[in-house]
Amino acid sequence: MNILQELSDNLEQGNTKKVAELTQQAINANLDIKKILDDGLISGMTKVGIKFKAHEIFLPDVLLAAKAMYAGMDLLKPHMIKKGIPTIGKVVIGTVQGDLHDIGKNLVAIMLKGAGFEVIDLGNDVSPERFISTAEKENADIIGMSALLTTTMPVMKKVIDLAKEMQVYGKKKFIVGGAPLSTEYAKEIGADAYCFDGMSAVEAAKRFVRI
Amino acid sequence: MISLRERLKKNGVIVADGAMGTMLFQRGLKPGECPERMNLEHSEILEDIALQYLNAGAEIIQTNTFGGSPLKLAMYSLNNKTEEINARAVRAVRKIIGENAYVAASCGPSGKLLEPFGDTSAEVLFESFKRQIRVLIEEGVDLICVETMTDLTEASLAVKAARSISSSIPISATMTFDETPKGFFTIMGVSIGQAAEGLADAGVDIVGSNCGNGIANMVKIAEEFKKHTTLPIIIRSNAGLPLLKDGIAIFPETSEFMAEKSQELLKIGVKIIGGCCGTTPEHIGAINKMVSQYA
Repeated sequence: MNILQELSDNLEQGNTKKVAELTQQAINANLDIKKILDDGLISGMTKVGIKFKAHEIFLPDVLLAAKAMYAGMDLLKPHMIKKGIPTIGKVVIGTVQGDLHDIGKNLVAIMLKGAGFEVIDLGNDVSPERFISTAEKENADIIGMSALLTTTMPVMKKVIDLAKEMQVYGKKKFIVGGAPLSTEYAKEIGADAYCFDGMSAVEAAKRFVRI
Repeated sequence: MISLRERLKKNGVIVADGAMGTMLFQRGLKPGECPERMNLEHSEILEDIALQYLNAGAEIIQTNTFGGSPLKLAMYSLNNKTEEINARAVRAVRKIIGENAYVAASCGPSGKLLEPFGDTSAEVLFESFKRQIRVLIEEGVDLICVETMTDLTEASLAVKAARSISSSIPISATMTFDETPKGFFTIMGVSIGQAAEGLADAGVDIVGSNCGNGIANMVKIAEEFKKHTTLPIIIRSNAGLPLLKDGIAIFPETSEFMAEKSQELLKIGVKIIGGCCGTTPEHIGAINKMVSQYA
């Protein structure tokens, strides 16, 4: 079997050890770094995302595949930097201030990384100031906000209001998600997209960096 | 009052209470605050909630200890107060209901993911539940309610932790399911059949589901449980799924609607009917009225 196909399949199965081995093999064989990333790692993670969305697999499978993906990425990263291969975009992500739920946000971060984005995860309980200042400092394309509580949801509006005040709004895209949210609410507060799940976050993010 | 174990053997459905979080928010819990912090400073609020559910006809009343495991409390740096937080919650409910109802200790998820997909070991999780549940049992609760679980291993560890402290205390465990084209599964991929079997193996006395669904789906979930268990079944439905109205969450199912649909739970043979998110004493009152018509 083609080594990249094998890499993709092993990633899908969450086989961390094998993914690390195959990634190293592919690097040693002087395969194109971008091809290892796209046709090996990202291809595997995309299949995981599709299966998760279709309820064919569940959260533990996604988490294991993500672990495997990171093992491959760790090996690939130095070569990407050396070759000047850019990531497809940069996302600053976090659960908003007052909210400590981060399983959903972590999942979105995994999916975004799996799709080839560089993700800066600020964790939970993130203040509006931290969202904006990090996005500015890191020159991120997208700010992703998560809230699981109806009571913390309004913090998303505060982040966007601050972005307007700092004249960042319009220059960066804002995506929001979480159980109590809706497309209407996203529109109401001025977010660019409401993402129902990890895969729709990836689709929106790709749209915003025009891929 | 007869023991809950005896009560479970007798005929008649047992009505349990409704949401705790919904009631706490109405009484001043601030966004992002630790709900269990209330136990340290506001016993009177816990007492008021217990009284309202008692008056609504609930025979089982829960403690405000859903996030009372030290692992969960650590997220608010309150883990060093685990004993006080859990003890005070039990005392507040017992003070109000005396021997007129049963005190049920709520034990929710740790918020951690188990190895290999998370970073928490089974041993750490077990010890965390054990520390919380020891206090609850020592304070004299009548029932341990492990609830809102999505990971069968975590749920089983909580049940085993309770069993390791008391061989006789009744234990209920409920999981939260999502409807998929292939049936109901938790986000961690646990089917109703697996939940029924796994929880029974862990040593529960009562199995079922809470949260994540409105009453219509809960009827389907109860039917599925009935196929897989001979244990008493408990169902605590949300008042539907939250809708947003001017940025505020509204739970759409009325007390009349939930009581009406709950008749189907009786037909299936569900033993305990209560409420979860969005249900209020009004909902529990309506369900109680419906249940008494069939008694």
